[in-house]
Amino acid sequence: MTVIQKKADNPIAHLTAEDIESLGKELDAIRDEVIASRGESDAAYIRKVIKTQRTLEISSRAVLLFSLFPPAWLVGTAGLSVAKILENMEIGHNILHGQYDFMRDPKIHSTTWEWDHVSPAAQWKHSHNQLHHTYTNVLGKDNDLGYGIMRVDEDQKWHPMHLGQPLWNFLNACFFEYGIAAYDLELGRNLQKGRHRSPEFRARARAVGRKIRKQVLKDYVVHPLLSGPSFLSTLAATFTANLVRNVWSHSVIMCGHFPNGVETFEKKSIEGETKGEWYLRQMLGSANISGSRLMHIMTGNLSFQIEHHLFPDLPSKRYQEIAPKVRDLFDRYGLAYTTGPLPKQVASAWWKVIRLSLPNRRDARPAQDRPVDDAPAQPRVPALAGAAGA
Amino acid sequence: MLRLAETVTTPLLPQDYLDLVAPLRSGADLRGRIVAVEPETPDAATLVIRPGRGWRGHTPGQYVRLGVDVDGVRQWRAYSVTSPPDRPDGCITVTVKAIPDGRVSNHLVRRVRPGTLVHLDQAQGDFVLPAATPERLLFVTAGSGVTPVMGMLRSGAHRGADVVLVHSAPRPEDVIFGAELRDLADRGVIRLVERHTDVHGLLGVDELAELVPDHLDRQTWACGPVGLLDALGERWATRDVADRLHVERFRRSVAAVGEGGTVTFARSTVTVAADGATPILEAGEQAGVLMPSGCRMGICFGCVVPLREGSVRDLRNGDLTTAEPGDGVLIQTCVSAAAGPCDIEL
Repeated sequence: MTVIQKKADNPIAHLTAEDIESLGKELDAIRDEVIASRGESDAAYIRKVIKTQRTLEISSRAVLLFSLFPPAWLVGTAGLSVAKILENMEIGHNILHGQYDFMRDPKIHSTTWEWDHVSPAAQWKHSHNQLHHTYTNVLGKDNDLGYGIMRVDEDQKWHPMHLGQPLWNFLNACFFEYGIAAYDLELGRNLQKGRHRSPEFRARARAVGRKIRKQVLKDYVVHPLLSGPSFLSTLAATFTANLVRNVWSHSVIMCGHFPNGVETFEKKSIEGETKGEWYLRQMLGSANISGSRLMHIMTGNLSFQIEHHLFPDLPSKRYQEIAPKVRDLFDRYGLAYTTGPLPKQVASAWWKVIRLSLPNRRDARPAQDRPVDDAPAQPRVPALAGAAGA
Repeated sequence: MLRLAETVTTPLLPQDYLDLVAPLRSGADLRGRIVAVEPETPDAATLVIRPGRGWRGHTPGQYVRLGVDVDGVRQWRAYSVTSPPDRPDGCITVTVKAIPDGRVSNHLVRRVRPGTLVHLDQAQGDFVLPAATPERLLFVTAGSGVTPVMGMLRSGAHRGADVVLVHSAPRPEDVIFGAELRDLADRGVIRLVERHTDVHGLLGVDELAELVPDHLDRQTWACGPVGLLDALGERWATRDVADRLHVERFRRSVAAVGEGGTVTFARSTVTVAADGATPILEAGEQAGVLMPSGCRMGICFGCVVPLREGSVRDLRNGDLTTAEPGDGVLIQTCVSAAAGPCDIEL
């Protein structure tokens, strides 16, 4: 990737400011339509998923009490892995986005929900909902671009540390929930700047510590102890389930913003950004995953990352429903809808991580990503469409 | 033991799992299951509800708050309990009249099916008969205002007293519990005066004086539309016998509107524009904020939250309340509308 403003072949150069505003209005209309029909079926859906997840989790944990017996280990570990994935993806992520706040059910609400994850819900909501979803793919603003440990865009400065990023990415995948907790705490930056002694940071770190303690106690102490003679095999099972959940969610999330075709943006390009321009940035800054219904549920419908980024607070099962309309908008406005099957998208994202571990070699880049030589600094008004006619 | 269970279920609680199988068990949040829906009139129905184990019973005349999901959205409404406290099957009943455009009442009268779980609060309200029943009683009711009185009559708390019930409804067939009341009258338990607005017009205070000449000497319980209750209150007050009148209001009376403004719910990170006639409670609920609520008419103080900064107007009397940071001003969101920008601590 190269920030969209520096590309020789700027994919939005053909759009005028009016085009972008009418695009925004069409998206608003799609949103209004869903809001108008939001109700009983959405409530019934999330309750059903929650019930399924809880039943699966408790029965898997019960089976694991006899995990010394290999078939029990296999069934229990598989069940617990699926339960943890459902809990984080289709349930936790989406409830914490406020997708079900409309139900006014205090038990299923973004302000009361806590999830099976070492990062406390409150901290995750801040870094994810407020920062990542607002500044999606803006270099220097959206820390999700490489999570502060990797270089995933040519325009991010290379550092020798990036040589190891394939390894960092692998470790991050295995222990993703801890990576997210550190990320939500902005651990690196806070340590670097010596802010780790501030009372605010310490309070947040303590909250993470408490959450980690509870999670570890549950998965690695109490549940194995309850298994008696199956202590070690249950320990291995819960570790495996967490590992599976981590690798899975890491893969899905990598597919959201890292694959080929996803655009990034300059910091100054979002100054004075209009709603239409914000929508456009979300459309170009996200990528979908194609697949079956089961696949969509297991990704928490983040396989509809584009639709999710346009409307983060609509109930997730609606993304599939509006996807054809959104795709039609892409076609009519001459934009590229980035999507592909999971293996392809994961490979594309990984290739980028590997490729960008080395400094830029200009000819190694896809032609459309090469920057325009000596592109003048353009005054950009309106923000995104500035390239048009330049 | 419970602590141990919590270490396994974290971040959930053991009860989150128990709720899947035993939502009515003792110790659970109070819920009830609708076991039957019985039509009363063309637009009213009685719900028979089996309350959870935590139900502490009620005193005749009290109401219960019902939380019911309509179109996927939790809505709370207060309804008088119409069953006697000692019903053999342990169930309670409420009787709901569908009001035009009433989302909840229409749902309960026409759509809800037996088997549905509803959320409950413990019974509350002081619209009840005293321990020593007065010798002469008067009930003045209109429409669904008869429901708390039916709760009292069915409990037999009035036994031995001289009871008059003046009830107003559009037509004879619209009288909720019509057959049962007429039967009580036939057996001489009460004196029933039915007034039908289609024939007699709205029940007025002067008319009441003719129908029940000794009305001011009776301990009176009245429940009905705001206009009727206000007129009764005025008469009893001007005759200096206000202490003999007990009223139950179903709806808020609106006397003034605020100026409107943006309402910020700081902790929920939600900001909404609210007009001057919309209670802050409703504005917040529509925006998906978890608002505490109660009677929704300014009586129970169940909806009170701190107003950090800004001004609100009391819809009942037009009083203006203004707060600055640190004042710790508490407002009833169900009867307060924005009067300029306000910052609510929620």
